[in-house]
Amino acid sequence: MDSRIYEEKTHHYGKIWTWTAVLVFVLVPVSVCIFYNAWPPFMSVFKGLLGVAPIFWTVGFIEVITFTPMLGTGSSYLAFVTGNLTNLKVPCAINAMEINDVKSGTEEGEIVSTIAVATSSIVTTLIITAGTLLLGTLTPFLNSPVLKPAFDNILPALFGALGVVYISKNLKLAVTPMLFMIILFVSVPSLAGSVGILVPVGAVISILMARLLYKKNMI
Amino acid sequence: MDFNPNSSFLYLVAVAVILFILAQSVFFLIRAYRRGKEIGMDVKKLRKTITSSAIFTVAPAVSILLGVLTLSKFLGLPLPWIRLSVIGAITYELPAATSTASALGIPISETITDPTVYSAITWVMTLGILPSTILVPILLKRIQGGLISIKNKDSKWGELLISAMFMGMISAFMGMVFANIRNGLPGWIPIFVMFFSAALMAVCGLLIKVLKVKWLQDYALPICMLGAMAFAVIITPVIS
Repeated sequence: MDSRIYEEKTHHYGKIWTWTAVLVFVLVPVSVCIFYNAWPPFMSVFKGLLGVAPIFWTVGFIEVITFTPMLGTGSSYLAFVTGNLTNLKVPCAINAMEINDVKSGTEEGEIVSTIAVATSSIVTTLIITAGTLLLGTLTPFLNSPVLKPAFDNILPALFGALGVVYISKNLKLAVTPMLFMIILFVSVPSLAGSVGILVPVGAVISILMARLLYKKNMI
Repeated sequence: MDFNPNSSFLYLVAVAVILFILAQSVFFLIRAYRRGKEIGMDVKKLRKTITSSAIFTVAPAVSILLGVLTLSKFLGLPLPWIRLSVIGAITYELPAATSTASALGIPISETITDPTVYSAITWVMTLGILPSTILVPILLKRIQGGLISIKNKDSKWGELLISAMFMGMISAFMGMVFANIRNGLPGWIPIFVMFFSAALMAVCGLLIKVLKVKWLQDYALPICMLGAMAFAVIITPVIS
Protein backbone atom coordinates (compact mmCIF):
# COMPACT_ATOMS: atom_id res chain seq x y z
CA MET A 1 0.00 0.00 0.00
CA ASP A 2 1.27 3.47 -0.88
CA SER A 3 2.11 5.55 2.20
CA ARG A 4 -0.29 8.30 1.11
CA ILE A 5 -3.15 5.80 0.93
CA TYR A 6 -2.19 4.41 4.37
CA GLU A 7 -2.20 7.95 5.77
CA GLU A 8 -5.60 8.71 4.20
CA LYS A 9 -7.04 5.48 5.64
CA THR A 10 -5.64 6.38 9.08
CA HIS A 11 -7.56 9.67 8.89
CA HIS A 12 -10.67 7.80 7.76
CA TYR A 13 -10.54 5.24 10.61
CA GLY A 14 -9.42 7.90 13.08
CA LYS A 15 -12.47 10.03 12.31
CA ILE A 16 -14.85 7.07 12.64
CA TRP A 17 -13.34 6.06 16.01
CA THR A 18 -13.26 9.63 17.31
CA TRP A 19 -16.86 10.48 16.41
CA THR A 20 -17.98 7.14 17.86
CA ALA A 21 -15.98 7.97 21.01
CA VAL A 22 -17.76 11.35 21.25
CA LEU A 23 -21.09 9.52 21.02
CA VAL A 24 -20.00 7.00 23.69
CA PHE A 25 -18.84 9.83 26.01
CA VAL A 26 -22.16 11.70 25.63
CA LEU A 27 -24.15 8.50 26.14
CA VAL A 28 -22.71 8.20 29.67
CA PRO A 29 -24.60 11.21 31.13
CA VAL A 30 -27.62 10.47 28.88
CA SER A 31 -27.89 6.90 30.22
CA VAL A 32 -27.54 8.15 33.82
CA CYS A 33 -30.34 10.68 33.23
CA ILE A 34 -32.64 8.12 31.60
CA PHE A 35 -31.98 5.25 34.02
CA TYR A 36 -32.43 7.36 37.16
CA ASN A 37 -34.94 9.72 35.55
CA ALA A 38 -32.73 12.54 36.80
CA TRP A 39 -32.30 15.26 34.19
CA PRO A 40 -30.40 18.11 35.83
CA PRO A 41 -31.66 21.71 35.57
CA PHE A 42 -29.98 23.46 32.62
CA MET A 43 -28.69 26.25 34.87
CA SER A 44 -26.83 23.91 37.23
CA VAL A 45 -24.94 22.34 34.30
CA PHE A 46 -24.35 25.78 32.80
CA LYS A 47 -23.01 27.19 36.09
CA GLY A 48 -20.80 24.13 36.57
CA LEU A 49 -19.48 24.48 33.02
CA LEU A 50 -18.86 28.18 33.52
CA GLY A 51 -16.32 27.29 36.20
CA VAL A 52 -14.25 25.00 33.99
CA ALA A 53 -15.15 25.33 30.30
CA PRO A 54 -13.46 28.68 29.46
CA ILE A 55 -10.11 27.40 30.66
CA PHE A 56 -10.37 23.77 29.56
CA TRP A 57 -11.81 24.52 26.12
CA THR A 58 -8.88 26.90 25.58
CA VAL A 59 -6.39 24.33 26.85
CA GLY A 60 -8.02 21.67 24.64
CA PHE A 61 -7.63 23.85 21.54
CA ILE A 62 -4.01 24.65 22.45
CA GLU A 63 -3.21 20.98 23.08
CA VAL A 64 -4.53 19.98 19.67
CA ILE A 65 -2.40 22.63 17.94
CA THR A 66 0.72 21.82 20.00
CA PHE A 67 0.68 18.04 20.31
CA THR A 68 -0.71 16.73 17.01
CA PRO A 69 2.44 17.69 15.03
CA MET A 70 4.58 15.81 17.59
CA LEU A 71 2.34 12.75 17.75
CA GLY A 72 1.40 12.10 14.13
CA THR A 73 -1.94 10.93 12.71
CA GLY A 74 -2.93 7.60 14.31
CA SER A 75 -1.63 8.46 17.76
CA SER A 76 -3.34 11.89 17.71
CA TYR A 77 -6.75 10.32 17.07
CA LEU A 78 -6.08 7.81 19.85
CA ALA A 79 -4.39 10.07 22.40
CA PHE A 80 -7.15 12.70 22.25
CA VAL A 81 -9.69 10.00 23.14
CA THR A 82 -7.68 8.22 25.83
CA GLY A 83 -6.26 11.41 27.41
CA ASN A 84 -3.42 12.08 29.87
CA LEU A 85 -1.37 13.67 27.12
CA THR A 86 1.32 15.72 28.85
CA ASN A 87 2.02 13.34 31.72
CA LEU A 88 1.97 10.16 29.68
CA LYS A 89 1.11 9.86 25.97
CA VAL A 90 3.29 12.61 24.48
CA PRO A 91 6.45 11.70 26.50
CA CYS A 92 5.81 8.02 25.73
CA ALA A 93 5.55 8.64 21.97
CA ILE A 94 8.56 11.00 21.88
CA ASN A 95 10.67 8.56 23.91
CA ALA A 96 9.73 5.66 21.61
CA MET A 97 10.66 7.68 18.51
CA GLU A 98 13.94 8.69 20.16
CA ILE A 99 14.83 5.06 21.05
CA ASN A 100 14.04 3.91 17.50
CA ASP A 101 15.84 6.87 15.96
CA VAL A 102 12.85 7.89 13.84
CA LYS A 103 11.38 11.37 13.40
CA SER A 104 7.80 12.54 13.73
CA GLY A 105 6.35 13.39 10.34
CA THR A 106 7.92 10.30 8.71
CA GLU A 107 6.01 7.05 8.17
CA GLU A 108 8.34 5.16 10.55
CA GLY A 109 7.76 7.88 13.17
CA GLU A 110 4.01 7.59 12.62
CA ILE A 111 4.11 3.82 13.20
CA VAL A 112 6.36 3.94 16.28
CA SER A 113 4.34 6.79 17.82
CA THR A 114 1.02 4.97 17.21
CA ILE A 115 2.35 1.72 18.70
CA ALA A 116 3.65 3.62 21.76
CA VAL A 117 0.41 5.53 22.38
CA ALA A 118 -1.79 2.46 21.76
CA THR A 119 0.30 0.30 24.12
CA SER A 120 0.32 3.05 26.72
CA SER A 121 -3.49 3.43 26.44
CA ILE A 122 -4.04 -0.32 26.84
CA VAL A 123 -1.68 -0.59 29.84
CA THR A 124 -3.18 2.49 31.51
CA THR A 125 -6.73 1.17 31.03
CA LEU A 126 -5.78 -2.25 32.40
CA ILE A 127 -3.96 -0.79 35.43
CA ILE A 128 -6.87 1.56 36.25
CA THR A 129 -9.31 -1.34 35.79
CA ALA A 130 -7.28 -3.71 37.98
CA GLY A 131 -6.77 -0.94 40.53
CA THR A 132 -10.48 -0.09 40.59
CA LEU A 133 -11.46 -3.72 41.10
CA LEU A 134 -8.80 -4.25 43.78
CA LEU A 135 -9.19 -0.86 45.39
CA GLY A 136 -10.01 -2.32 48.80
CA THR A 137 -6.68 -4.14 48.83
CA LEU A 138 -4.69 -1.37 47.17
CA THR A 139 -6.01 1.64 49.09
CA PRO A 140 -3.67 1.28 52.12
CA PHE A 141 -0.72 0.91 49.73
CA LEU A 142 -1.71 3.82 47.48
CA ASN A 143 -2.53 6.07 50.45
CA SER A 144 0.61 5.14 52.35
CA PRO A 145 2.35 8.30 53.62
CA VAL A 146 5.72 6.66 52.85
CA LEU A 147 4.88 6.47 49.13
CA LYS A 148 3.17 9.88 48.91
CA PRO A 149 6.40 11.77 47.99
CA ALA A 150 6.97 9.35 45.10
CA PHE A 151 3.62 10.16 43.48
CA ASP A 152 3.86 13.86 44.39
CA ASN A 153 7.10 14.01 42.38
CA ILE A 154 6.14 12.01 39.31
CA LEU A 155 6.36 15.01 36.95
CA PRO A 156 9.85 16.14 38.08
CA ALA A 157 10.96 12.49 37.83
CA LEU A 158 9.61 12.26 34.27
CA PHE A 159 10.71 15.63 32.93
CA GLY A 160 14.17 15.48 34.55
CA ALA A 161 15.11 12.38 32.56
CA LEU A 162 13.30 13.44 29.39
CA GLY A 163 14.55 17.03 29.65
CA VAL A 164 18.24 16.19 29.96
CA VAL A 165 18.11 14.21 26.70
CA TYR A 166 16.48 17.01 24.71
CA ILE A 167 18.24 19.91 26.36
CA SER A 168 21.66 18.33 25.76
CA LYS A 169 20.74 17.88 22.09
CA ASN A 170 19.24 21.34 21.63
CA LEU A 171 21.10 23.43 24.21
CA LYS A 172 20.93 26.71 22.27
CA LEU A 173 17.22 26.19 21.65
CA ALA A 174 16.50 25.32 25.30
CA VAL A 175 18.17 28.20 27.18
CA THR A 176 15.64 31.00 26.54
CA PRO A 177 12.33 29.14 27.14
CA MET A 178 13.82 27.37 30.18
CA LEU A 179 15.03 30.62 31.76
CA PHE A 180 11.72 32.34 30.96
CA MET A 181 9.68 29.55 32.57
CA ILE A 182 11.87 29.29 35.68
CA ILE A 183 11.68 33.06 36.27
CA LEU A 184 7.91 33.04 35.59
CA PHE A 185 7.12 30.19 37.99
CA VAL A 186 9.43 31.52 40.73
CA SER A 187 7.78 34.96 40.42
CA VAL A 188 4.19 33.65 40.20
CA PRO A 189 4.06 30.19 41.88
CA SER A 190 0.26 30.00 41.55
CA LEU A 191 0.72 29.51 37.79
CA ALA A 192 1.70 25.90 38.53
CA GLY A 193 -2.03 25.09 38.36
CA SER A 194 -2.25 26.47 34.80
CA VAL A 195 0.80 24.82 33.30
CA GLY A 196 -1.30 23.58 30.35
CA ILE A 197 -1.79 27.14 29.16
CA LEU A 198 1.93 27.89 29.50
CA VAL A 199 2.98 25.03 27.20
CA PRO A 200 2.15 27.02 24.03
CA VAL A 201 3.74 30.13 25.56
CA GLY A 202 6.94 28.11 25.96
CA ALA A 203 6.48 26.76 22.43
CA VAL A 204 6.09 30.26 20.91
CA ILE A 205 9.21 31.54 22.73
CA SER A 206 11.11 28.44 21.69
CA ILE A 207 9.97 28.75 18.02
CA LEU A 208 10.90 32.45 17.89
CA MET A 209 14.35 31.69 19.34
CA ALA A 210 14.77 28.77 16.92
CA ARG A 211 13.89 31.03 13.98
CA LEU A 212 16.33 33.70 15.12
CA LEU A 213 19.20 31.21 15.62
CA TYR A 214 18.37 29.47 12.34
CA LYS A 215 18.39 32.73 10.40
CA LYS A 216 21.79 33.57 11.91
CA ASN A 217 23.07 30.06 11.03
CA MET A 218 23.70 29.36 14.71
CA ILE A 219 21.82 26.02 14.73
CA MET B 1 -35.41 5.37 42.68
CA ASP B 2 -32.69 5.01 45.33
CA PHE B 3 -29.40 6.27 44.07
CA ASN B 4 -26.07 4.58 44.68
CA PRO B 5 -22.99 5.94 42.85
CA ASN B 6 -21.54 2.41 43.00
CA SER B 7 -24.59 0.69 41.47
CA SER B 8 -24.35 -2.30 39.10
CA PHE B 9 -25.87 -0.16 36.35
CA LEU B 10 -23.07 2.41 36.60
CA TYR B 11 -20.46 -0.36 36.62
CA LEU B 12 -22.05 -1.75 33.43
CA VAL B 13 -21.81 1.69 31.78
CA ALA B 14 -18.15 1.89 32.88
CA VAL B 15 -17.35 -1.56 31.49
CA ALA B 16 -18.93 -0.60 28.13
CA VAL B 17 -16.77 2.57 27.90
CA ILE B 18 -13.60 0.71 28.94
CA LEU B 19 -14.22 -2.00 26.32
CA PHE B 20 -14.63 0.70 23.66
CA ILE B 21 -11.34 2.35 24.67
CA LEU B 22 -9.53 -0.99 24.63
CA ALA B 23 -11.01 -1.86 21.22
CA GLN B 24 -9.86 1.43 19.72
CA SER B 25 -6.35 1.05 21.18
CA VAL B 26 -6.00 -2.55 19.99
CA PHE B 27 -7.25 -1.55 16.52
CA PHE B 28 -4.59 1.17 16.13
CA LEU B 29 -1.88 -1.02 17.67
CA ILE B 30 -2.47 -3.93 15.28
CA ARG B 31 -2.83 -1.64 12.28
CA ALA B 32 0.44 0.22 12.98
CA TYR B 33 2.29 -3.01 13.77
CA ARG B 34 1.15 -4.61 10.48
CA ARG B 35 2.07 -1.50 8.53
CA GLY B 36 5.52 -1.47 10.16
CA LYS B 37 6.10 -5.05 9.02
CA GLU B 38 4.75 -4.23 5.56
CA ILE B 39 7.24 -1.40 4.98
CA GLY B 40 10.12 -3.53 6.25
CA MET B 41 10.67 -2.18 9.76
CA ASP B 42 12.52 -4.50 12.14
CA VAL B 43 9.91 -6.63 13.97
CA LYS B 44 12.18 -6.87 17.02
CA LYS B 45 12.20 -3.07 17.24
CA LEU B 46 8.42 -2.90 16.94
CA ARG B 47 8.06 -5.44 19.76
CA LYS B 48 10.59 -3.59 21.90
CA THR B 49 8.56 -0.40 21.36
CA ILE B 50 5.55 -2.21 22.81
CA THR B 51 7.51 -3.52 25.82
CA SER B 52 9.30 -0.26 26.62
CA SER B 53 6.10 1.81 26.23
CA ALA B 54 4.25 -0.62 28.53
CA ILE B 55 6.94 -0.42 31.21
CA PHE B 56 7.19 3.37 30.90
CA THR B 57 3.40 3.63 31.42
CA VAL B 58 3.23 1.78 34.75
CA ALA B 59 4.28 4.58 37.14
CA PRO B 60 2.15 7.37 35.54
CA ALA B 61 -0.81 4.95 35.34
CA VAL B 62 -0.57 4.20 39.07
CA SER B 63 -0.54 7.94 39.67
CA ILE B 64 -3.73 8.24 37.54
CA LEU B 65 -5.23 5.48 39.72
CA LEU B 66 -4.61 7.73 42.72
CA GLY B 67 -6.90 10.23 40.98
CA VAL B 68 -9.64 7.59 40.77
CA LEU B 69 -9.19 7.02 44.49
CA THR B 70 -9.44 10.75 45.25
CA LEU B 71 -12.63 11.21 43.24
CA SER B 72 -14.25 7.94 44.38
CA LYS B 73 -14.86 9.28 47.90
CA PHE B 74 -17.30 11.80 46.41
CA LEU B 75 -18.47 10.20 43.15
CA GLY B 76 -18.26 6.45 43.81
CA LEU B 77 -15.97 4.29 41.68
CA PRO B 78 -17.59 3.84 38.23
CA LEU B 79 -17.62 7.51 37.15
CA PRO B 80 -13.94 8.28 38.06
CA TRP B 81 -13.03 4.95 36.46
CA ILE B 82 -14.70 6.06 33.22
CA ARG B 83 -13.45 9.64 33.32
CA LEU B 84 -9.81 8.85 34.01
CA SER B 85 -9.75 6.10 31.38
CA VAL B 86 -10.87 8.55 28.68
CA ILE B 87 -9.74 12.08 27.83
CA GLY B 88 -10.18 13.34 31.41
CA ALA B 89 -7.37 13.86 33.89
CA ILE B 90 -7.53 14.50 37.63
CA THR B 91 -6.45 18.11 37.04
CA TYR B 92 -9.67 18.60 35.08
CA GLU B 93 -12.16 16.20 36.70
CA LEU B 94 -11.71 17.50 40.25
CA PRO B 95 -12.33 21.17 39.32
CA ALA B 96 -15.29 20.07 37.13
CA ALA B 97 -16.89 18.14 40.01
CA THR B 98 -16.10 20.91 42.51
CA SER B 99 -17.47 23.64 40.22
CA THR B 100 -20.77 21.81 39.67
CA ALA B 101 -21.10 20.84 43.33
CA SER B 102 -20.57 24.43 44.43
CA ALA B 103 -23.10 25.66 41.81
CA LEU B 104 -25.60 23.27 43.43
CA GLY B 105 -24.48 24.06 46.98
CA ILE B 106 -23.34 20.47 47.67
CA PRO B 107 -20.24 19.66 49.76
CA ILE B 108 -17.69 17.43 48.03
CA SER B 109 -16.64 15.81 51.27
CA GLU B 110 -19.56 13.31 51.26
CA THR B 111 -20.63 10.66 48.77
CA ILE B 112 -23.38 11.88 46.41
CA THR B 113 -26.86 10.56 47.15
CA ASP B 114 -28.87 12.71 44.75
CA PRO B 115 -29.04 11.36 41.16
CA THR B 116 -29.73 14.85 39.75
CA VAL B 117 -26.50 16.20 41.25
CA TYR B 118 -24.67 13.15 39.93
CA SER B 119 -26.06 13.58 36.41
CA ALA B 120 -25.24 17.33 36.46
CA ILE B 121 -21.61 16.54 37.38
CA THR B 122 -21.46 13.84 34.70
CA TRP B 123 -22.67 16.35 32.09
CA VAL B 124 -20.16 19.01 33.14
CA MET B 125 -17.28 16.51 33.15
CA THR B 126 -18.27 15.33 29.68
CA LEU B 127 -19.01 18.67 27.99
CA GLY B 128 -16.09 20.52 29.55
CA ILE B 129 -13.47 18.26 28.01
CA LEU B 130 -15.16 17.28 24.73
CA PRO B 131 -13.76 20.06 22.46
CA SER B 132 -10.20 18.66 22.46
CA THR B 133 -11.54 15.32 21.20
CA ILE B 134 -13.84 16.94 18.63
CA LEU B 135 -11.16 19.32 17.32
CA VAL B 136 -8.79 16.53 16.24
CA PRO B 137 -10.89 15.21 13.32
CA ILE B 138 -11.72 18.80 12.36
CA LEU B 139 -8.22 20.34 12.55
CA LEU B 140 -5.66 17.55 12.20
CA LYS B 141 -5.47 17.49 8.39
CA ARG B 142 -5.19 21.27 8.22
CA ILE B 143 -2.42 21.36 10.84
CA GLN B 144 -0.53 18.60 9.01
CA GLY B 145 -1.05 20.39 5.68
CA GLY B 146 0.53 23.52 7.15
CA LEU B 147 3.48 21.52 8.50
CA ILE B 148 4.01 19.71 5.20
CA SER B 149 4.10 22.98 3.28
CA ILE B 150 6.67 24.35 5.79
CA LYS B 151 8.75 21.17 5.41
CA ASN B 152 8.50 21.28 1.62
CA LYS B 153 9.81 24.83 1.61
CA ASP B 154 12.61 24.15 4.11
CA SER B 155 12.94 20.66 5.58
CA LYS B 156 15.54 21.61 8.22
CA TRP B 157 13.32 24.39 9.55
CA GLY B 158 10.35 21.99 9.56
CA GLU B 159 12.24 19.62 11.86
CA LEU B 160 13.48 22.46 14.05
CA LEU B 161 9.90 23.68 14.42
CA ILE B 162 8.77 20.35 15.91
CA SER B 163 11.81 20.24 18.23
CA ALA B 164 11.07 23.83 19.32
CA MET B 165 7.43 22.93 20.12
CA PHE B 166 8.54 19.99 22.20
CA MET B 167 11.10 22.18 23.96
CA GLY B 168 8.21 24.54 24.81
CA MET B 169 6.42 21.71 26.59
CA ILE B 170 9.54 20.54 28.42
CA SER B 171 10.44 24.08 29.52
CA ALA B 172 6.94 24.71 30.91
CA PHE B 173 6.97 21.52 32.99
CA MET B 174 10.58 21.92 34.12
CA GLY B 175 9.90 25.56 35.00
CA MET B 176 6.86 24.47 37.05
CA VAL B 177 9.15 22.35 39.23
CA PHE B 178 10.69 25.62 40.51
CA ALA B 179 7.30 27.05 41.60
CA ASN B 180 7.73 26.34 45.33
CA ILE B 181 11.35 27.29 45.93
CA ARG B 182 10.31 30.31 47.96
CA ASN B 183 8.79 27.92 50.55
CA GLY B 184 12.22 27.01 51.89
CA LEU B 185 14.07 23.71 51.62
CA PRO B 186 10.95 21.46 51.22
CA GLY B 187 10.09 23.52 48.12
CA TRP B 188 13.37 22.38 46.61
CA ILE B 189 12.47 18.65 46.82
CA PRO B 190 10.95 18.51 43.28
CA ILE B 191 14.11 20.20 41.93
CA PHE B 192 16.39 17.68 43.67
CA VAL B 193 14.20 14.88 42.27
CA MET B 194 14.36 16.38 38.77
CA PHE B 195 18.16 16.71 38.89
CA PHE B 196 18.51 13.20 40.31
CA SER B 197 16.39 11.87 37.43
CA ALA B 198 18.49 13.86 34.94
CA ALA B 199 21.73 12.54 36.51
CA LEU B 200 20.42 8.96 36.30
CA MET B 201 19.64 9.54 32.63
CA ALA B 202 23.17 10.88 32.07
CA VAL B 203 24.59 7.71 33.67
CA CYS B 204 22.30 5.59 31.46
CA GLY B 205 23.51 7.57 28.43
CA LEU B 206 27.12 6.82 29.34
CA LEU B 207 26.37 3.13 29.87
CA ILE B 208 24.60 2.95 26.49
CA LYS B 209 27.14 4.93 24.46
CA VAL B 210 30.46 4.11 26.14
CA LEU B 211 29.88 0.64 27.57
CA LYS B 212 27.43 -0.36 24.79
CA VAL B 213 24.74 -1.61 27.20
CA LYS B 214 22.20 -1.64 24.35
CA TRP B 215 19.21 -3.16 26.21
CA LEU B 216 19.23 -0.18 28.57
CA GLN B 217 18.22 2.17 25.76
CA ASP B 218 14.64 0.85 25.75
CA TYR B 219 14.19 1.03 29.51
CA ALA B 220 16.27 4.09 30.50
CA LEU B 221 13.28 6.45 30.93
CA PRO B 222 11.18 4.20 33.24
CA ILE B 223 14.32 3.26 35.23
CA CYS B 224 15.20 6.95 35.75
CA MET B 225 11.62 7.82 36.67
CA LEU B 226 11.28 5.04 39.23
CA GLY B 227 14.77 5.76 40.59
CA ALA B 228 13.92 9.44 41.04
CA MET B 229 10.57 8.57 42.68
CA ALA B 230 12.42 6.29 45.12
CA PHE B 231 14.86 9.15 45.74
CA ALA B 232 11.84 11.40 46.60
CA VAL B 233 10.69 8.81 49.17
CA ILE B 234 14.14 8.87 50.79
CA ILE B 235 14.84 12.63 50.83
CA THR B 236 11.36 13.95 51.71
CA PRO B 237 11.34 12.80 55.39
CA VAL B 238 14.94 14.02 55.78
CA ILE B 239 14.26 17.51 54.36
CA SER B 240 10.69 18.18 55.54
